[in-house]
Amino acid sequence: MLLFLLLAGVAFYAWRVRRREHLLQPWRRLMRSRSGMASAVVLLAFVAVGVLDSLHFRLPLERQANNAETHYSPEVLSVFDLLAGPLRKQLEKTYSAPFAVHLFTKETIELPGGKQTRDFPRLKYGGAHLRDPVADRAADIAVTAATGALYALVLCAVMTALLVLWLARRRGVSPGAAWMLIRHGHDEIPWRTLLATIGLLILFVCLAALLSAKYHLLGTDKVGQDVFYLALKSIRTGLMIGTLTTLVMLPFALLLGIMAGYFRGWVDDVIQYTYTTLSSIPGVLLIAAAVLILQVYMDSNQEMFDTVAARADIRLLFLCIILGVTSWTGLCRLLRGEALKLREMEFIQAATAFGVGHFRIIARHILPNVMHIVLISIVLDFSGLVLAEAVLSYVGVGVDPSMQSWGNMINGARLEMAREPMVWWSLLAAFVFMFVLVLSANLFSDRVRDAFDPRVR
Amino acid sequence: MKSPLLQVENLTVRIDSGKTQVRAVDGVSFSINRHETFALLGESGCGKSMTALSLMRLLPDAGRIVSGAVSLDGQDLLALPEIAMRSVRGERIAMIFQEPMNSLNPVMTVGRQIAETLLRHTGLRGEAVQARVLELLDDVGIPDAKARCNDYPFQFSGGMKQRVMIAIALACEPDLLIADEPTTALDVTIQAQVLDLLRRLQRERGMAVLLISHDLGVVAGMAQRVAVMYAGEIVETADRGDFFAHPKHPYTRKLFASLPGAARRGQQLEIIRGMVPRLDQEFSGCRFAGRCDSAWERCHTTIPEWVEVSSGHGVRCHLFAALRVSTPSSALPLQGGGCETGAALSTPSPLQGEGWDGGEGVAPLLQVDGLKVHFPIHKGLFKRVAGQVMAVDGVSLAIHSGRTLALVGESGCGKTTVGKGILQLLRPTAGSVRFAGEELTRLQGAALRARRANFQIVFQDPYSSLDPRMRVADIIEEGMMALGAAAAASERQSQVDCLLRQVGLSPDSKYRYPHEFSGGQRQRVAIARALGVRPKLIICDEPTSALDVSVQAQILNLLKGLQDELGLAYLFITHNLAVVEYFAHEVAVMYLGRIVERGTVEEVMRAPRHPYTQALLSAVPAADAGSSREIIRLAGDLPSPANPPSGCHFHPRCPQAMPACRESYPAEVVFSATHSVHCLLFAGK
Repeated sequence: MLLFLLLAGVAFYAWRVRRREHLLQPWRRLMRSRSGMASAVVLLAFVAVGVLDSLHFRLPLERQANNAETHYSPEVLSVFDLLAGPLRKQLEKTYSAPFAVHLFTKETIELPGGKQTRDFPRLKYGGAHLRDPVADRAADIAVTAATGALYALVLCAVMTALLVLWLARRRGVSPGAAWMLIRHGHDEIPWRTLLATIGLLILFVCLAALLSAKYHLLGTDKVGQDVFYLALKSIRTGLMIGTLTTLVMLPFALLLGIMAGYFRGWVDDVIQYTYTTLSSIPGVLLIAAAVLILQVYMDSNQEMFDTVAARADIRLLFLCIILGVTSWTGLCRLLRGEALKLREMEFIQAATAFGVGHFRIIARHILPNVMHIVLISIVLDFSGLVLAEAVLSYVGVGVDPSMQSWGNMINGARLEMAREPMVWWSLLAAFVFMFVLVLSANLFSDRVRDAFDPRVR
Repeated sequence: MKSPLLQVENLTVRIDSGKTQVRAVDGVSFSINRHETFALLGESGCGKSMTALSLMRLLPDAGRIVSGAVSLDGQDLLALPEIAMRSVRGERIAMIFQEPMNSLNPVMTVGRQIAETLLRHTGLRGEAVQARVLELLDDVGIPDAKARCNDYPFQFSGGMKQRVMIAIALACEPDLLIADEPTTALDVTIQAQVLDLLRRLQRERGMAVLLISHDLGVVAGMAQRVAVMYAGEIVETADRGDFFAHPKHPYTRKLFASLPGAARRGQQLEIIRGMVPRLDQEFSGCRFAGRCDSAWERCHTTIPEWVEVSSGHGVRCHLFAALRVSTPSSALPLQGGGCETGAALSTPSPLQGEGWDGGEGVAPLLQVDGLKVHFPIHKGLFKRVAGQVMAVDGVSLAIHSGRTLALVGESGCGKTTVGKGILQLLRPTAGSVRFAGEELTRLQGAALRARRANFQIVFQDPYSSLDPRMRVADIIEEGMMALGAAAAASERQSQVDCLLRQVGLSPDSKYRYPHEFSGGQRQRVAIARALGVRPKLIICDEPTSALDVSVQAQILNLLKGLQDELGLAYLFITHNLAVVEYFAHEVAVMYLGRIVERGTVEEVMRAPRHPYTQALLSAVPAADAGSSREIIRLAGDLPSPANPPSGCHFHPRCPQAMPACRESYPAEVVFSATHSVHCLLFAGK
């Protein structure tokens, strides 16, 4: 799996950095910045969900045999699915509002007396435990929320205590002194901010865990799936599209852009013509064509893709590649311009005077000096890519319709916006999750750029 | 006595920079009379420009005037509302900036840019504006003003742009003209033209001029009164004559002594040790105390008072306060003029290799013959070659090891291209470059790389010549690694330490990034990097022209020391003739891609033959008030190397041109074994 290769790469980099003091320095600086650490925590939470969701497995057959037939499922499950088990299975009939106990649409209900009436039926799962839903709901939500908050408080306290003890041992001071360090923000690392962010996160998780067991936290969609669950599942899709596309795009953009700027002459001409041609073809057309080709291929070779999830994954991967291939031109153009400027700088000429080879100059001098552009445009592209996925899903060439993604959610919610009363929750859920992810990625990359620029102190 | 035009009292400007406040200008007081040129002299970062900007109330956002008073003709400028200030700017005080390239709007014709000021400040409209614009352009000496006022700034040369800037500044006949380093970005011959213009305009219009400069020579030629700024304070004020004859403040004396020149050949230049102190601290003593040779404990503990030494000559120094009360004899080591003091410090020792035989018999280290570097001009869809920019067009020179050859010329004459052509950073179009007998132009790839250890380059701008993302150690190591000078990592590290010590930096600095160093220190790092591969020849491309005078002295001393120690040969590319006189053994003067005169320093500097060399030498402003040499004015600008004039390239600007000069390029005329010139004036002899 690509994702795990990536994680291994990150781990290797971390290990390498730990051994070298001057490489460690920028990360230290990063750890000292408050917004950097806060956004890192949020990002990590997203990544954790994404990774959990990527740990696929199929339940062993014998266990399936032991269990009732209702548990038999042809689809691949992920660890996340297990954790969020009830959410996945609690399907309603159709739309219901957040925290609702009734369906959103009227239906004919058979009353106990045999009479029929048209009313909003009770939900199968949302608030099913309540005897008198209208009267008890508010109190029940409050009690559950309070319990959640209490759990969160306890967890936070435990975590803080652990941190204090660890810090006390690490810095060689008494726990009391360590606590004062944290409270007054005297330590290098902004523990206070860190604790506050993690605390908020824990609070959110506790509340969500308790409440979503009893209610549909963000309502349900057209086929009755829990929107909160969908939004969480979409994290993986979003992250995959963002990172994989970037990974596909980066080598093209970096190599070609810098080569065009650095070597000039015919190399420049060839690369320029290539990206000018590519960017003058409407991207959606290219993508649609490519996805359709893949579709045809998958249909004619069905035996190669044994599960629905595998098909969806292949389609996602292919989409990332196609998006990557079509979206490198913008960054490439930026990098070419920057490399053109840098190659005339005297430090590059000095390196040439030493007889340093071209590729070494590119790697040691030009690459670090264009990294800030790369970071900024990657993060900006990231949100664009998540949106592109939504647009493509609308055209029908996006990710597999069976795959949960924010794009599909937005696409599904699109028509319902015109409804009266409006079905707003799918759109809002997708929007909030995307917003938090993109914002924290933005903040984080901003800090990274600052930390790695030796001129900014 | 009339009240002064501009009176500045105790002006204090702070700049907020995060947590600390920088005292950019700290209690500056001066006054400027009508018709007077007042010069503010000082090194970069001492607060000259900040003073000027705060007079105009154009400080950057972070800056703020904390206290003080500025009154123009009795009117308090600091109390004026912004709307009233706008009519003061341009109308009563006008300003010229250093970079003529950046201070004109590139998308407006110059005529419209001048008219803009007129429309804002005067009642002139329509035809009258146009007439006034033409008059102004005529005044500042732009030929054919009528046609040129519809041109855009890029169609003008640097000197011409500065003239346009002056025209804009003069548009409303201001009472005071602030000229912030008006000629620093220009060549000496152009500088002479612009200074002449300023002097003439001042005489005609009776403006007062506040001249801001770091160049003692420019100040000597222009100012009636001089104030020296150091670290945000004025440390000395005097009339010009008095100032250049008897500078008092130790800092001023040091400045004079650190000027390179023929008189100091073979000696170390006086240097001011250390650096300008950080301005974000509270000072408890004299700001110069840490760098002053005659400082005693009082300088560190008490802030010196302003002392009037004689009428109109004031100094901020304890030496002279003490002089009036009781004279500690030990505290008066400095008497007499600054220039003389420097020269008299030690008797000139004979220069190493002064009695040198001219190198006959010994093969030169570097031999360049007929070097040509042409850049093709591409045109049209298929990029056909439409012409050639002949940046270097047949240059021959030779350098022996342990010697310095200076390559002199104005900007755009191809000096730097010669340097890069020799290093094979630019492949020459024709000609040969032989290093220790080996032809470099035909070498390719690995073979050339292997030779690169022998010749290195130090660039002009120490800010762009060091990779901002690499540590000093990595920067120095890079060359060694590429050329395999030292294999083992530990060996390389100890070499880096050794190199840093050699250029006068502490070995701890190798873990720092270039931006943490000052300009002079960066240049040292660049020199250490070049030395890392043990070269025999270093090409110094204007290594000191981006640096202050006192730092320039440090770098020149360092280069000289290294030459004596390691027997390096230098090709010293510069436009600064004073440095040449001090530093070089031989000189080659370049004009438009060709060498017009060459010889030893004595021959070329004392008895220049070529009219261009003569003009170049005479245009250099001298840093003493008494000199009254005749300056040979050169008309016009350097022609374009894409389209050089026929015959002798210099004839359109030459005061002694003859009809024959237009016909063909003059052949070499040899005066002695070392001295030769390309000029028809001497062809018959």
